[in-house]
Amino acid sequence: MNLTLKIWRQQDTKSSGKFVSYQVQGVTPDMSFLEMLDLLNENIQAKGEAPVAFDHDCREGICGMCGFLINGVAHGGHRGTTVCQLSMRFFKDGDSLTLEPWRAKAFPVLRDLAVDRSAFDRIIQAGGFITAPTGVAPDARAILVPKEAADRAMDAAACIGCGACVAACPNAAAMLFTAAKITHLNSLPQGQPQRYERTADMVAAMSAELFGSCTNHGECEAVCPKKIPIEFIGRMNRDLLHATLHRRGE
Amino acid sequence: MLESKIPSGPIEKKWEKARFEMKLVNPANRRKHTIIIVGSGLAGASAAASLAQQGYNVHCFCFQDSPRRAHSIAAQGGINAAKNYRNDGDSIQRLFYDTVKGGDFRAREANVYRLAEISVNIIDQCVAQGVPFAREYGGLLDTRSFGGVQVSRTFYARGQTGQQLLLGAYQALEEQIATGAVKMHTRSEMLDLVVVNGRARGVVTRDLLTGAIESFAADCVVLATGGYGNVFYLSTNAKGCNTTAIWRAHRRGAFFGNPCFTQIHPTCIPVSNENQSKLTLMSESLRNDGRVWVPKKKGDTRPPSQIPEEERDYYLERRYPSFGNLVPRDVASRNAKEVCDEGRGVGPGGQGVYLDFADAIRRLGESVVREKYGNLFDMYEEITGENAYKVPMRIYPAVHYTMGGLWVDYQLMSTIPGLFVAGEANFSDHGANRLGASALMQGLADGYFILPYTIPNYIASSSLEKVDTSHPAFAAVTDDVSRRIAKLLAIQGKRTVDSFHKELGKLIWNNCGMARSAEGLRSNLQKVPELREEFWNNLRIIGTGEELNQSLEKAGRVADFLELGELMCLDALEREESCGGHFRVESQTPDGEALRDDEKFSFVSAWEWKGEGDQWELHQEPLTFEHVHLAQRSYK
Repeated sequence: MNLTLKIWRQQDTKSSGKFVSYQVQGVTPDMSFLEMLDLLNENIQAKGEAPVAFDHDCREGICGMCGFLINGVAHGGHRGTTVCQLSMRFFKDGDSLTLEPWRAKAFPVLRDLAVDRSAFDRIIQAGGFITAPTGVAPDARAILVPKEAADRAMDAAACIGCGACVAACPNAAAMLFTAAKITHLNSLPQGQPQRYERTADMVAAMSAELFGSCTNHGECEAVCPKKIPIEFIGRMNRDLLHATLHRRGE
Repeated sequence: MLESKIPSGPIEKKWEKARFEMKLVNPANRRKHTIIIVGSGLAGASAAASLAQQGYNVHCFCFQDSPRRAHSIAAQGGINAAKNYRNDGDSIQRLFYDTVKGGDFRAREANVYRLAEISVNIIDQCVAQGVPFAREYGGLLDTRSFGGVQVSRTFYARGQTGQQLLLGAYQALEEQIATGAVKMHTRSEMLDLVVVNGRARGVVTRDLLTGAIESFAADCVVLATGGYGNVFYLSTNAKGCNTTAIWRAHRRGAFFGNPCFTQIHPTCIPVSNENQSKLTLMSESLRNDGRVWVPKKKGDTRPPSQIPEEERDYYLERRYPSFGNLVPRDVASRNAKEVCDEGRGVGPGGQGVYLDFADAIRRLGESVVREKYGNLFDMYEEITGENAYKVPMRIYPAVHYTMGGLWVDYQLMSTIPGLFVAGEANFSDHGANRLGASALMQGLADGYFILPYTIPNYIASSSLEKVDTSHPAFAAVTDDVSRRIAKLLAIQGKRTVDSFHKELGKLIWNNCGMARSAEGLRSNLQKVPELREEFWNNLRIIGTGEELNQSLEKAGRVADFLELGELMCLDALEREESCGGHFRVESQTPDGEALRDDEKFSFVSAWEWKGEGDQWELHQEPLTFEHVHLAQRSYK
C-alpha cells in the first residue's frame, strides 16, 4: 500500500518546526508502524535528506521509549498498543497520516518526533521508591502481601513511562503516570512507612515540572498502552489529602 | 596469564572466604573515590545504587532517554532462586548442578555456585524494594517451574518480571540520583575506554543530543552494557543493544570470552518480511501445552487444517519420546532448523514450524488455555493477525542472548585491571547455554551482591595515583574518538547503515548461527572483512556529528559488529565440537545429536586483540569439574 505522511520536522529544541509531506510506497500489512518509518527513512536518506528522528528501543511495547501522535491520537488509537507494536494491517492504501511529537510544556521537542521526558525521572526521584539499601532485607517470606494488594500493585506497576497520558491530556497532566507509581508502592506493606511523604513529594514534583492537573477528561486512560485505570488518580488524591492534613497538623 | 582467582577451599565456602579476605574502604574515605558504571540495566542500575548507598561517587551512563529503558525490561518469564519454598527438593546445590549441566559444562563451577548461593538474597532484596511478585491467596510468594526444570523455583511478576525487577533497581538508582551520590548521564554513549598505566581510569562518551565528546575519570570502570545479539541484525534484543562499549574495551586490552556462544530461543514469531526490524519472543511456557509439528511432505502448502493427522510429523515427540516438546532450548531450536532446511517449513518463506494447541483445547477446554496463555495468544494475534485458538501458531528460533562477553575473573574483573564487567556483557556463568530465568538472576547477583564487595577490594588494595581528565591519555583517546566519527561522516558513499547491518546479520546467521561448518565459517572469515572494507568505503551518513544523528550512532555500532562478527566466526571455527546451542556439523553422534568433546575443548576461549589487521591470539582457561560429573546430555 501507499501512504501519505505529514511529519513534524524540527531540527532541535530551539528551532521552530513544520510539517513536511512524504509519500511512502510498498508498505505491507505485516510491517509494524516503526518498520514503515524505517522504510521511509531508507528512502529519504537515499535522496540525501536527513532521516526522521524518533525514539524507540525494544520494539515490543515494554521499554516505553517510543511514542508520537498519529492523526492526533497518542500511539495511534489502537487500544493497548504502543507505536512499535502497531501493525500496518490496520491502515489502508491511500491513507493520509499526520505524525507529530508529544505536545506538552514539560516535554520539550528534541528533534522531529523525539521529546525530552526526563521530567518523569525527576518525579520518581521525589519519592517513587521504597528505601531499602542493598543487603538489609528480611527473608522474602517474612512480608505477607494479600493477593488483592499484590495484583493492584502489579496493575499499577505495569506503567511503561511512555508519556502518552500527558500527550493525550488537554491539561498535559502527568497524573496517571504519578498515580500509577504511587498506587504501586502505596498498595504494598513495604511501601507504608513512606506512604504519605511519597505522595506529597511526588505530587509537588509533578507540579514543579509544569505538568497541568487532572480535570477528569479520561483521555489518559483511553490511550494508555498498558490500560492503567484512571481510578488510580482517585487513590492518589485520597492519599494526598491525608498527607496534606497530616503535614498541616505537624 | 589468565588468572581466574578462584578462592581455595570447599566450593560452598569459597565466596564466604573471598568476602572475608577482601579489603574494605573506610566509610569516611569512600566519597573520595569515583566509580564509572556504563549501562543502567539490571546489573548496572543495581551496582550503581548499591555502591552509591555505600558512599562512593558514581557516574552512570545510558544511551536511552532514561535508565528505565534498558533492555532487561523485556524479560518475561521470571527469576530463579533456590529458596525451596515449595519443599520440592530444591537447594543451592541443585540450582548449581542444573546451571552447570544446562550450560553443557562450559562454565566455571565456582562462579555458578556463588550465583546459586546469592539467588536467595536477590529475592529478599527485591521484595523489600516493593517488586510486585505474584502472590498466593495467603499472601505468600508464588513460584512456577520453568524451562523444563523439575522444581518450582521461578519467581515472577506476571509476564513482566524483567520490567518489575528493573524498575526496582531503577527506583533505587533514582533515589541515589536525588541525593547527588549518582550523577546520571542519559542519552550518552560510551565510545572508548581510557587506560592509564595499565589500569582502566575513565571513559570517553558522546552526548547524543549535542554530539559533544566528553571524558570522565574514575578509580575504576564497570561495563554493564548487555549482550551483542544484534550482530545478527534480527534478534529479540532492543534496537539499540550493541557491542560498542565491550568491543572498544576489547581493543584496549580486555580479552573476549567465548564470542561464538549465543543462545537461540526456539519460540519466536517467524520473520515475515524483508523490512522486519526485530523478532518477538513468545514465552517458552507455550511448549508445556503446544505440540510442535511440520508436514511430512516437502513443500506442502495446504493450510494446516487440511493436513490429516497421519501426514503430520510431530518431530520432537518422535525423536525425543521422553522429553517430547519440552526438550531444552538448544535441542528444540536445532530441530526446527533441520526440518525447515529439509524444505518442510511452513508459512511465508518456509521458515517456521507449527505450535499447535488443538489437542490442549480439546483436552482442557478453550477457557483454561485462555487463562494460561491468553496474553501470549493476544500478542501473537496483534503481530500476525492470526487467531491461535483456531489455527496453529507459527514459530521459529531467534537469537535471544549471548553467553559470550568480556572474560572476567572471580572478582568480575577483566584482563585490564580496574575494568569490571557485569551481567550479559561478561562471559561468566552460563557456559554454552543459558537456562530460562537465569539472566535476571545473574544481572542482579553481579550488581547487588558481587561488585559491591569486589570493587571496594580493588580500590583498597591498589595504590591508585591521582588521575583526572587533564592526563594526556584522555586527550589521546578523545582524539581517537573524534577522528573515527569524522572518518565515518567523511565516507559519503552510497549505502545506508541498515543495509550493511542486514547483510552482516545474514552472513552470521547463516554460517555462525545454530549449525556451523568449517566451510561456512571459513567463507565468513573472508566475507565479513570484505563487507567491513566496503562499509568503510561506501557508507553514507546524512547530517553532522554535532546534532542528534541516529544514523551516525548506528554506524559506530555496526562498525564494531563488523569486527566482532569476524571474531565470532574465528572462535566457532576453533571450537570443533558441538556444545550448548552450537552444533558443529563435523561433531555429531551417529544419530545426528550434538557431540561435545571434553578431551579437547573443556576450556574458555579468551581472545586477545593484537591490533588492526593482525590476527587475534587465543588464550585458554581450562575448566575442571570437581562437583558435577561430566556427562553427555541426552533427552531421548
